[in-house]
Amino acid sequence: MRTELTIAGVGGQGSITAGVILGAAAVTYDHQYAAQTSAYSSELRGGFAAAWVVLSEEPVLYPRVIAPDVLVAQAQDSIERFAKVLKPQGVLIYDSDMIAQPPAQITRAHPVAATSLARNEMQAAIVANMIMLGALCQVTGVVSPGALEKAIADAVPQGKQELNLRAFALGRERVG
Amino acid sequence: MKAAVRLKPGTHFIEGNLALAEGAIAAGCRFMAGYPITPASEIPNRLSQLLPTVGGVFLQTEDEIAAICSAIGASWAGLKAMTATSGPGVSLMQENIGLAASTETPLVIVDVMRFGPSTGVPSVGLAGDVVQVARGSHGDYQIIALCPESPQEMYDHMIRAFNLAERFRCPVFVLPDGFIGHMREQVVIPPDQEIELAQRKIAPAGTTPLERQDFLDPEVAPMPVFGRGRQAHVTSSCHNGQGMRNLTDPEVMHAFATMPIEKILRHRDQIVEVAADYAPGDVVIVAYGTVARSARAAAQAARAQGLAVGTLCLKTLWPFADQEVAAAAQQARAVLVLENNTGQMLPYIKAEAAAHCPVQFLGPRLLGQIHEPNAVLTRVKEMMS
Repeated sequence: MRTELTIAGVGGQGSITAGVILGAAAVTYDHQYAAQTSAYSSELRGGFAAAWVVLSEEPVLYPRVIAPDVLVAQAQDSIERFAKVLKPQGVLIYDSDMIAQPPAQITRAHPVAATSLARNEMQAAIVANMIMLGALCQVTGVVSPGALEKAIADAVPQGKQELNLRAFALGRERVG
Repeated sequence: MKAAVRLKPGTHFIEGNLALAEGAIAAGCRFMAGYPITPASEIPNRLSQLLPTVGGVFLQTEDEIAAICSAIGASWAGLKAMTATSGPGVSLMQENIGLAASTETPLVIVDVMRFGPSTGVPSVGLAGDVVQVARGSHGDYQIIALCPESPQEMYDHMIRAFNLAERFRCPVFVLPDGFIGHMREQVVIPPDQEIELAQRKIAPAGTTPLERQDFLDPEVAPMPVFGRGRQAHVTSSCHNGQGMRNLTDPEVMHAFATMPIEKILRHRDQIVEVAADYAPGDVVIVAYGTVARSARAAAQAARAQGLAVGTLCLKTLWPFADQEVAAAAQQARAVLVLENNTGQMLPYIKAEAAAHCPVQFLGPRLLGQIHEPNAVLTRVKEMMS
């Protein structure tokens, strides 16, 4: 089965990092195939940023996301850009600190207060993307938690593994 | 800073440009000169870290002209050498691509193609350089060009590119576009001992140019590399088989231009590679590079609907796969050409196919955004009705 995912936010939120980790987890630890692409504006922070991931049990022929099955939205801008292409039965996982009200037509919308949880419970706003990954993992199960944990540990700097893994676990617990 | 290390054999999830850099090291590349340019910069970045760890040299030059000249020089000193750039850099390199072709210099040139013309859009891929790499320098000459469609092929094609450069003493291009240069996918890296590497033949030491034939041999002459105890003579001017300048003898002029072409075309069966998946009566989609994936996805969807659709994906662009395209067209109901440009290879494909069946062209709906399989399928159905 082919699953298309979009992880979007604004520059600095780590959306693309989350997409890279998702793909690495699928390929390296979950025996899936993945193709990951990304786009971002030229601003270092505050511009648009998105990662697209195609997951499949078979080699991915067409590598682009056309209509995502899953949209992870870290900013209101991500809703404006991508909510309209989400599949009719698609899943939205959104940062409720950044997005007040998801579009009414999306019936499967799961909030997680990633920014405030990262700030207040982790004392590190930078790990909001790991909270979103935890929420994604919990809601969709597209990649196993064990694979994601290993891929997170591979991807983050030495000494920051525990912080990021705790954030990932927090996202799994707190997603609505 | 930690010293860079090559990726271990096994499955990795990496972007195309990094796969290509790993492939270069595995192929035996020990010299790269380059100047940064989006969307190719990860290649010099990574090779600047890796080359010193394997006894190689990385040189960041002041521009692309110096980059290709340095790589040509390193090749004449006996190293497997490369440069990497994007279309604007290839435009600057054109004069010296001819120098490499005329001096029969083994050289790998990577062009991670981007949206042009001119400065264009650096971060968006477009297969806009497929003809300029073959025909952009002045005069008559022949190069080899490979066209990967995935990060895995970016790794694999680098090994093949260096092997072909060594075997045929000529510039070999690797032409990914920015889309797969920056795409991440699984890449399987084999152990070094499983990789077959070619090495150029070298002229015997202790000899002089007049005792040898160093150039213009259609079977490819041994190369008189510098600094290994033999005299050598090399010039970009018209020269004879000994490398001696000759601007008066029409026979020499003819051989100077035609033999470096002949040495490649005579061996085209060892070079040209396609992936053919079609049956007689199919509409055959001909594609290369990233959009070959759109072609195969469309064919898969078509077959699931019971439609007779096949694909012919070109892995090499130059020398052109004339026989393979003609063979497909002879069996096909029609040919649909997909390119991630406005139809640069179309005249070459038509020249082989149009006598046998109808040929149509389909570019992406938005140039630079690769074809969606549904758009290809819609066109295929129109061609069948």
